[in-house]
Amino acid sequence: MHLSPDQIVFWQFGFMRLNATIVFTWALMLLLALGSWLVTRRLSHDLVRTRWQNLLEIVVLGIVHQIEDVGLEQPRRYLAFLGSLFLFVAAAALCTVLPGYEPPTGSLSTTAALALCVFVAVPLYGIRERGLGGYLRAYAEPTILMLPFNIISEVSRTLALAVRLFGNMMSGAMILAILLTITPFFFPLIMTALGLLTGMVQAYIFSILAAVYIAAATRDSAPPAQGEPASEPQLTC
Amino acid sequence: MDSMALTAIVSIIIAGITTSLGCVAPALAEGRSVANALTALAQQPDASATITRTLFVGLAMIESTAIYCFVVSMILIFANPFWNYAVAAAAAAAGK
Repeated sequence: MHLSPDQIVFWQFGFMRLNATIVFTWALMLLLALGSWLVTRRLSHDLVRTRWQNLLEIVVLGIVHQIEDVGLEQPRRYLAFLGSLFLFVAAAALCTVLPGYEPPTGSLSTTAALALCVFVAVPLYGIRERGLGGYLRAYAEPTILMLPFNIISEVSRTLALAVRLFGNMMSGAMILAILLTITPFFFPLIMTALGLLTGMVQAYIFSILAAVYIAAATRDSAPPAQGEPASEPQLTC
Repeated sequence: MDSMALTAIVSIIIAGITTSLGCVAPALAEGRSVANALTALAQQPDASATITRTLFVGLAMIESTAIYCFVVSMILIFANPFWNYAVAAAAAAAGK
């Protein structure tokens, strides 16, 4: 029994090792990039649209709305980063229905790389929105005493992001492998369906948490005036 | 009982304890949060979108503590550094 797709090695030459993680990551990237390129090659502006263009529009607009709901005012700025994260993790989880496929997010190196992307992107967006001084001042926000804790939280949430995704995907694959040896036919099917749901939820969580971190880094902390009309109760019958 | 058997016994027992204790607390917490979310949904059906989204994010955050314990116990069973060290030491001793 293997713990991660890192241990399935297809080809090895010296220190270079082509394992299942790399192969499936590149396959997913090809699938996403080629699919998007094929769909967006001929976009139409009138009412008649192809079904693939409709699909992409639904996905992109859904992501935009979700980013907007988190509290980022200009979601199109963050769409490329957060949308790619979501689509990659979701595609990695959804492709588990294919036989012989191992989700590359079930390897700690992939999820650590994704979490490092978030770790780098949060200060970048924060500095772009608020300037270097404004961003750095946020670390000493309530008092200067909170400075070490803010830095620790920055690192620990990156670690949590990586281990959460890895643990969820790995546990799904491992439970499936264990169940296959105990009750071969019917029960693994249900667990696969449950794994699809967990994978989608994890993709959602991953990108939403990244969006929340970016929103916390880019938000102006000057006035606590948050009289947004969205938070008041809607008294419609 | 040599140290190798002791390492194996302790690793397996601790892996079981880690997962069992690490599942109890998140289970209680998830139950509480779902119950509160259902109460809120019953009182304010209009805010269902916000409540559901926050609930899912919160559930995943709570569940990740259980996942950490699971990862630790998996490491103890399948990728235990002390066990690997004991195996390597035994192999070196047998080779001499």
